[in-house]
Amino acid sequence: MRPQFSPSHFVPVMLRSLWAYRGFIFANVGREFAQRYTHSLLGGLWAVLNPLVMILIYTLIFAGMMRASLAGHESNPFAYSIYLCAGLLPWNGFADIIGRLQGVFPQYANLLKKASFPRSCLPLIVVLSALTDFAIVFSLFLLFLLLIGQWPGWPLLALFPLLLIHVGFAVGLGLLTATMNVFFRDVGQFVGVALQFWFWFTPIVYSTAILSGETRSLLAWNPLYPLTQAYHGLLLGHAWPDWSSLLGVTVLTLLLLWLSARVFLRLVGEIVDEL
Amino acid sequence: MGHILVSQLGKAYKRYPNRWARLFEWLDPRGLPRHEPRWVLRNIDFSVSPGEAVGIIGRNGAGKSTLLKIITGTTLPTEGRVAAGGQIAALLELGMGFHPDFTGRQNVFMAGRLMGHSSETIAREFGAIEAFADIGDYLDQPVRVYSTGMQVRLAFSVATAIRPDILIVDEALAVGDVFFQQKCFARIRAFREAGTTLLFVSHALGSVYSLCERAILIEDGRIALDDKPKAVIDLYNARLVQHANLDPAALQVMEEAAADTPHPNPLPQGERGPEGEGCQRVQTVGSYATAGAGIESVQMLDSGQQIVDSLISGSEVVIRVRIRFAAPYADPHAGFQIRDSRGEAIFMTTTYGMRQSLGLVRAGTVVEVDFFIRHLALAEGQYTLTAGVANEGSHQGEFREALARLQNALAFTVLRNYDAIHWAGVYNLAPQCEIRRVGGGG
Repeated sequence: MRPQFSPSHFVPVMLRSLWAYRGFIFANVGREFAQRYTHSLLGGLWAVLNPLVMILIYTLIFAGMMRASLAGHESNPFAYSIYLCAGLLPWNGFADIIGRLQGVFPQYANLLKKASFPRSCLPLIVVLSALTDFAIVFSLFLLFLLLIGQWPGWPLLALFPLLLIHVGFAVGLGLLTATMNVFFRDVGQFVGVALQFWFWFTPIVYSTAILSGETRSLLAWNPLYPLTQAYHGLLLGHAWPDWSSLLGVTVLTLLLLWLSARVFLRLVGEIVDEL
Repeated sequence: MGHILVSQLGKAYKRYPNRWARLFEWLDPRGLPRHEPRWVLRNIDFSVSPGEAVGIIGRNGAGKSTLLKIITGTTLPTEGRVAAGGQIAALLELGMGFHPDFTGRQNVFMAGRLMGHSSETIAREFGAIEAFADIGDYLDQPVRVYSTGMQVRLAFSVATAIRPDILIVDEALAVGDVFFQQKCFARIRAFREAGTTLLFVSHALGSVYSLCERAILIEDGRIALDDKPKAVIDLYNARLVQHANLDPAALQVMEEAAADTPHPNPLPQGERGPEGEGCQRVQTVGSYATAGAGIESVQMLDSGQQIVDSLISGSEVVIRVRIRFAAPYADPHAGFQIRDSRGEAIFMTTTYGMRQSLGLVRAGTVVEVDFFIRHLALAEGQYTLTAGVANEGSHQGEFREALARLQNALAFTVLRNYDAIHWAGVYNLAPQCEIRRVGGGG
């Protein structure tokens, strides 16, 4: 009897077993969080401190340089900070999900080899764990917007579909590469390098206004560009996103999720043997 | 509930000729395999009825652990099917994947959730788990400061907190101290009585013998024998001796026993037989033969004259030593020595010591000496047997001339006798007991 690997066949079964193991999943998310800060005095503060320092550095270095390019926001002294955070925080979440997924199977090798449980718990644990960090930092950012009187109002609701696509894209890409990374550790290394290029290939620190027309046309190949654009428009311009621009990345996300589920389900049995 | 059905089970690991082969295999649109399967288990068929206790024995690397991992669902089989009914609790190797940075208490909850128990259930059973593990304040210390014994205590306590339909134990209990082991065995027995199916893997043959009603011997990924424990243990021991030079477990016994223990008949260097053509059998350290005599065989037989490698404590055995003389001797004698796994001589004697005589021998005489032992009531464990030949006994068991010696000619296992009294020590003295009331009111 050959098992079927069709995601449509497996996903309902997978969701049911994930629900049955929700206690295990949430306990591990909590544990992952606690583990990072269990030996530190400042504890969870580090989760905030790290991105805060990064934002401060970029702001100090680039704010003056970029002010001119953020047309229409000259009156807002925080314009560049908001621009930076709007792109950087989701990017960090995105990179965090992909990065942590690379290590998830080796990290839990001990458990995989000794206990029987739904394997799909593991990617879910690290994704939820990365999302927790993101939620903390992003809430603080929203609080900051409220304090300086830059609250975007209703368009903020668009954040949910945007983040859904963003996270889905990260999970699809991350799970696909994480599964392959078990068999070829080169994949994880490559992903790390690629993410660095990708970061600078996405207008997060800089604005598209400083790019030449030719370079700007290259950005059309970056699936994260429309998402980043939408965040900028939303958080800085308080405008609803241009939904049609997101069609491509949505289709790509669904494709990646389907492919990664297929590869994961096919190779999940071999993962234990390989570790 | 509690049944296990294993049919045509096979497990192969993929062996690729090089690192790139797997990549090419993935990318090959025709889907041609580029690996060779390396079978660690093949054609495994057996079923376990609810409530049955089955021991699985085999040498290291025979595939026992892989089989258990497939039954518990940790590893997927390459071919065949496994069906197991009901809740399975498994103690595979050590620690159940405890996380070192978290306290015992946190890990208990983690492990419980991993077994599919709810937090409420674990919280309810926590007192019992704590009491059974009995590790005191360590429960709130990170697991990394635990000794392996403590980890096993905690792991066993969690795994068996709620009576499972199927309990799978893989060697795990070998680590704990004897008191905890007894506690574990008591719990396993209680589960058995309540109807839990037991799958038990162990090198401790005595435990298999006492806990299981059936045993399976796995050899090179196949079932060699599926029978009553006695028959399976006998076969296993026979194979163990065959492979004595290969098997670490058996070798250990041999080596330890061969370690420099005092020779029963101290042998002056000059009297050691000529080296070279005369030295035919040098099996282990301490064995030798001279041109004058050689030990052809040493056997241990049961009351039915069958060669045995394991016996139940208190059984009747015959130790048969066959000696071939190549030169005439006036007063040769044969002797044997039993040593325990630490190499300590438990007992030794000779025909001279027993006031018997082999008589005058000529070149070419072959003598068979049987030592009858009515009750070999040794404590359970592994022992070795050494035989020797010497000439002309003098007072106090010394000989003028040592002729041959076969060190650790064979190893045998003594199993616990559950019909005998409960006792501890080296040898069962089988005391009688008489109780009298000699005063006071009735």
